[in-house]
Amino acid sequence: MVRFIVKNENESEQIFESQPGLSLMEAMKANNIEGVVAECGGSMSCATCHVIVEGNWLTLTGEVSDMEDDMLDCTVTEREPASRLSCQIELSEKLDGIMVSIPEGQL
Amino acid sequence: MGMIEGHIAIEPPSGVPIWDIDPYAETVLADPNAFYQELRSKGPFTYIPKYAILACGRYNETKEVFSDSTRFVSSRGVGLVDFKLAEPWRPASIILEVDPPDHTRVRRVMAKSLSPKVMREKAEVFQSIADEMVARVVAQGTIEAVADLAEVYPTTVFPKILGMKELNARALIDYGAMVFDALGPDNEIRRAALSVQGAVVPWITEQCQRENLHEDGIGAGVYTYADSGDITPREAALLVRSLLSAGVDTTVTGIGNLLFCLAENPDQFEVLKQNPQLARATFEEVLRYTSPVHSFCRTADIDTDVSGVKIQEDTKILCVLGAANRDENHWPNAASFDITRQVQGHLGMGAGVHGCVGQNLARAEVGAVLAALLNQVDRIEFAGAAKWRPGNSIRSLASLPIKLTKKGTA
Repeated sequence: MVRFIVKNENESEQIFESQPGLSLMEAMKANNIEGVVAECGGSMSCATCHVIVEGNWLTLTGEVSDMEDDMLDCTVTEREPASRLSCQIELSEKLDGIMVSIPEGQL
Repeated sequence: MGMIEGHIAIEPPSGVPIWDIDPYAETVLADPNAFYQELRSKGPFTYIPKYAILACGRYNETKEVFSDSTRFVSSRGVGLVDFKLAEPWRPASIILEVDPPDHTRVRRVMAKSLSPKVMREKAEVFQSIADEMVARVVAQGTIEAVADLAEVYPTTVFPKILGMKELNARALIDYGAMVFDALGPDNEIRRAALSVQGAVVPWITEQCQRENLHEDGIGAGVYTYADSGDITPREAALLVRSLLSAGVDTTVTGIGNLLFCLAENPDQFEVLKQNPQLARATFEEVLRYTSPVHSFCRTADIDTDVSGVKIQEDTKILCVLGAANRDENHWPNAASFDITRQVQGHLGMGAGVHGCVGQNLARAEVGAVLAALLNQVDRIEFAGAAKWRPGNSIRSLASLPIKLTKKGTA
């Protein structure tokens, strides 16, 4: 299993677990984590699964494709340098312990 | 090996159930839920001799086939005709009927042209027209919702957003029907849709030209990517054609099906009135529950297997999205319309790299109509029997008599 940590607004942290191979978006939806909408289901069309990758995890999440980059320009909460679409982060052993925060608004 | 409906007639793979049914029969299309259920119960894949294809309707396999563009390609057509072997009825779409890497470049242009940001910028246009049209039908009271609202709203707002200089609502609707019905077999439905080709296609082709598009619309926006060299001018015209193909019949269906669901499930409309923040989820549930695009095909481009079933190269696979969206093993109480369910992951807009690129536009249109209804309407009731229109890939209403009760008059 791969663990991932969601940092809340009040700086508290919650740990979740998921099978490797799922996207972070799918893992968050499976855990009913609030604040991630993911309306398009992972087609890189809606920009509503926006997360901010904390600490030094960003480089390990892989390259941002041109298409994701375009979509990150469309998020409701303005993108930050560590913004990603969680549907484009595949959970693997090397991401065990990854921490993200969820921006205020997605829609 | 023989051909059937423009593709290679494969033999039934061993161990796969054989079902002598026509998924495109008008009786099946008009009331598909029994077909969906039996398809799922037979197994992950079923061989259909009438067309020598495989069909799938369980959620997991349907999603796998539908979203794996490497093994199950779209470039050989998303209907029964295999473009590798037979001519499509019109030059192939450069976004729907193509695969990565070619697909990626044009998809990016379309995704940017139809982004959530673009829709937010145009929100006022969507909402003001919806408010006005809903006010008109509410004043009428009893309406035929397909003609009076479901068709008239998209055929008014879509040309405006696109920046079309010439208006022809009928041609837009007929062209959409043509594109979607052409994906099926050479049946009466397909022949009827294609019979108006001569009158409609030249007009559509003409409207795709840059000079026929206002500068501030999405259509002219697509052409700016030709100026920057991301696409060629011919590609720009074909992408505008894609907008005209897929942008009208689908949203007409979305609005009609929304009204049907609300009339059929008044308790859910009450829940929505109490919880208007569920409006977006309501439309997603409409998509899951009614699957406006009920099926598309993929073509196996290599020998492969899915869930232990051997699938040979050249196999056409009918992905029955409508069945997957009603799979009890994935959706608890799949047969009930429940706007509070976790609906994310439905296949109503497809999945993967070919997921509907216009989905933000669809949500903006339907969302505006729903917001107007919530503001102005207290009750939505059937005022006669709803009639479904059998379509080879779209499930929409032919007519929907409903009664709208104005807020504050109940």
